Amino acid sequence: MSLAMILAQAGGGDEGPGCPPAPNDYGTFHDAFDFIVHKRESVSGGICIGGPGELWDLTQTHLAVSFVAIAAAILISVPIGLWLGHIGKGEFFAVSVSNVGRAVPSLALLAFFVAFLGLGFVNIAVVLMLLAIPPLLTNTYVGVRQVDPETVDAARGIGMTESQIVRKVEMPLALPTMFGGLRLSAVSVVATATIAPLGNVNTLGLPIITPQNYGLAGEIGAAIVVALITLAVGLAISAVERAVTPKGLKVAERRTTSRRFSLPTLRRMET
Amino acid sequence: MQETTDAQTPGPSARAEAAPLELREVTKVYPGQERPAVDHLSLEVPAGEICVLVGPSGCGKTTAMRMVNRLIEITSGDILIAGKSVNDFKPAELRREIGYAIQQIGLFPHWTIAQNISTVPRLLGWPKERVNERVNELLDLISLPREVAKRYPAQLSGGQRQRVGVARALAADPPLLLMDEPFGAIDPINRERLQNEFLRLQAEIRKTIVFVTHDIDEAIKVGDRIAVLKEGGHLAQYAPPAELLMAPADEFVEQFVGADRALKRLALQRVRDVDLVKVALIRPGEPVAEARAKCDDSDVDLAMLIDDEGRPQGWLSERAFTGERVRKELRSPAEPIIDLDDVLRDALGRLLAAESRYGPVVDARGRMAGVLSMDVISHSLQVPAEETRTGADLVADE
Amino acid sequence: MIDVLAQVQIRERTGKGCVAENGFCPDWIADNLHKYWSPLLEHVWLTVISVAIGLVIAFVLALICHRQRWLTGVVGGFTGALYTVPSVAAFLLLLPVTGRGNNTAIIALTAYTLQILFVNIMGGLRNVPADAVDAARGMGMTDNQILRRVELPLALPEILAGLRIAFTTTVGLATLAFFAGAGGLGENIYSSAAGTGGRFFKSNVVVAGGLAILLAATFDLIVLTFQRFALPWRRAAAR
Repeated sequence: MSLAMILAQAGGGDEGPGCPPAPNDYGTFHDAFDFIVHKRESVSGGICIGGPGELWDLTQTHLAVSFVAIAAAILISVPIGLWLGHIGKGEFFAVSVSNVGRAVPSLALLAFFVAFLGLGFVNIAVVLMLLAIPPLLTNTYVGVRQVDPETVDAARGIGMTESQIVRKVEMPLALPTMFGGLRLSAVSVVATATIAPLGNVNTLGLPIITPQNYGLAGEIGAAIVVALITLAVGLAISAVERAVTPKGLKVAERRTTSRRFSLPTLRRMET
Repeated sequence: MQETTDAQTPGPSARAEAAPLELREVTKVYPGQERPAVDHLSLEVPAGEICVLVGPSGCGKTTAMRMVNRLIEITSGDILIAGKSVNDFKPAELRREIGYAIQQIGLFPHWTIAQNISTVPRLLGWPKERVNERVNELLDLISLPREVAKRYPAQLSGGQRQRVGVARALAADPPLLLMDEPFGAIDPINRERLQNEFLRLQAEIRKTIVFVTHDIDEAIKVGDRIAVLKEGGHLAQYAPPAELLMAPADEFVEQFVGADRALKRLALQRVRDVDLVKVALIRPGEPVAEARAKCDDSDVDLAMLIDDEGRPQGWLSERAFTGERVRKELRSPAEPIIDLDDVLRDALGRLLAAESRYGPVVDARGRMAGVLSMDVISHSLQVPAEETRTGADLVADE
Repeated sequence: MIDVLAQVQIRERTGKGCVAENGFCPDWIADNLHKYWSPLLEHVWLTVISVAIGLVIAFVLALICHRQRWLTGVVGGFTGALYTVPSVAAFLLLLPVTGRGNNTAIIALTAYTLQILFVNIMGGLRNVPADAVDAARGMGMTDNQILRRVELPLALPEILAGLRIAFTTTVGLATLAFFAGAGGLGENIYSSAAGTGGRFFKSNVVVAGGLAILLAATFDLIVLTFQRFALPWRRAAAR
């Protein structure tokens, strides 16, 4: 089949009896792209796999579980990080959380939870949330600590309450560092969500985990989609960051950095 | 670590002699800028003298200094050290022959004090024993205890670090020193002390020094010759401090020096140079008759109680003289204490602050040497310029 | 590896007892500890090689960008892009190119270390006090001497901080290396190498996972100890 004919047949629907057998004369990457674009028969036979329909479902689950996990992590980490950073206590805790968090392999954590607590969307979301917390917590803390104490002092002197100071002074100034943490978390979560099918949550990792059904083409096709999704999430976060950062900070940032891409940069911390 | 060919030779900068410095029509123009940062600057610094470059910010004084050791390249003109152009050397080699001390000091935090001080000697390949000797020599010179050598800069106070910076600049015994606001980062009280110490040091080692500062008072106190620079790197006047004060070349210099020019001259004289008032010095328990005799003998009707070492305790009140022996009844404390080596300007400041006409003067060991009166100070303002001397002269006399 | 996965799909449980009920079984652990030795060594190998190569590459890149500042954005963007690709995806995408096995895993793992190491080396160099560099230049050090004697030693704290992060992160990522056909503790966690069938045999998970965490902590400690010895001036300042 020529490439043109493949594209012409792209995006078949879910219904319909059976699907065409997997092509066996494509190069690996070509095959992978075909998997993304076309339905085909599974390696072990009997099921239809691949094609935009299934991949879209998998992507949805992937994004859903990631989003829930990140949102929950933000709800937990940001208030704690802001509070600890504001009162200036708990540095050891905030930094250790990250050190320990980095040392725990995501696979081990997921396996642990699945083994001891079972399968399902909620469990997996909890695992991903646990993975997302350390960078968010540490970066929020560090971001607030790096705010110039004289600025905070001035705010207090004007008559702002403590919570106003946190909301209107410290948090906006800590945003760049916080977003750095958010990127780290997001990359971690989306990456780990790939192995979520081990817990019966069928994300884009499904073809990767069950290659006996999906074949090499399925594995690599899914991998390509995962990479694209992660990139998209990163860009989305950058867009959100740009929208949310106060204008004054943006001007200062432009003058001091020479970055030409706004891809994830890790905020350095003395650990 | 050794960079020269032969680690046994002490290196060319073992010369102890100071070198004369000449700037000849030195100009610096930065690319893209219309006006030069330094404009045809010409001056000569005789060997062993301190030349102060002073002026408002942006006047090019630091630029000019940094052209001497080629941290900034000269656009046109030339700089000659002992007759040789700086362009005849390779930059790194040139700089190893010139001492360099900057405002922020720039000690290497990861090296001990000894390693910091011995930076240039080690670069030149001096043998280890000589390096150690030199470090100890220098620590003594800057009056720091020898155990400081093993410590790290973070463990020293600001004043101590400053002195280490100067020692580091002197380490290879260079014929020329460049100092860019070396005391700028120090608090005013310690700055005064460091300036005095620096002048005492210079009296011993007599290097040619280019000293940059924005503080005209520091310039007057420290300089043998002062070069006042205008914005754009023009030389407004180059003269010894007394001349600068008595005969400013133009309005800019006049304004820069300040309306209190006459008062500034007080920085050029020490308390020991003026006539001190003689007062009665009385110990507790002295017979009253003797004490009264001393009072009659003194210039003014004041009596100072002193202890067995001769140190002032306080002005005696009349009640101390009732009875057979003098009792310790004080009218007022012995303040402000003035040192023989203080410059008149600082002494005047202290008298004014204490609202006192008279101040007890003590020597290096704290013993009474006389009393300074305000009248004497105002009289010295009328001494003609030729008869006043520079700060360095005064120290050399001791 | 596909065979192993096939095994995983079969949820047979043979016999009774602790193992069969998928509990946490200390006896089983004691019996089978030696089975973890080889994966552990593989894991160490993967981590150390990847971080070592990553350090060399990041170092070279950082030195180039230190001299030619304008390149920093480009290199930073490149290493950042490499970091974004999720590890599993990276392992798989490399498969057709470099085949299955340790080398594929090492290539991917090395690529991940580049970002953190490059950022920290550059950051360390940039945070060297400017007055120390000016003093060094003014006293007559050449550029190379300044780099070797002043800038690199003073950048060391931040570089070592990056190294610690690189080690711990790589240990974690290496657990997924089996997707690329490499060895490592990940395979233990993922499969039931003990041969009892059934997914996520708890004891297995705990031991293999625990070993991975211990490994990360050990690397961390090694770098920390080295830091203590290599930076005497910070110890002195803290006193």
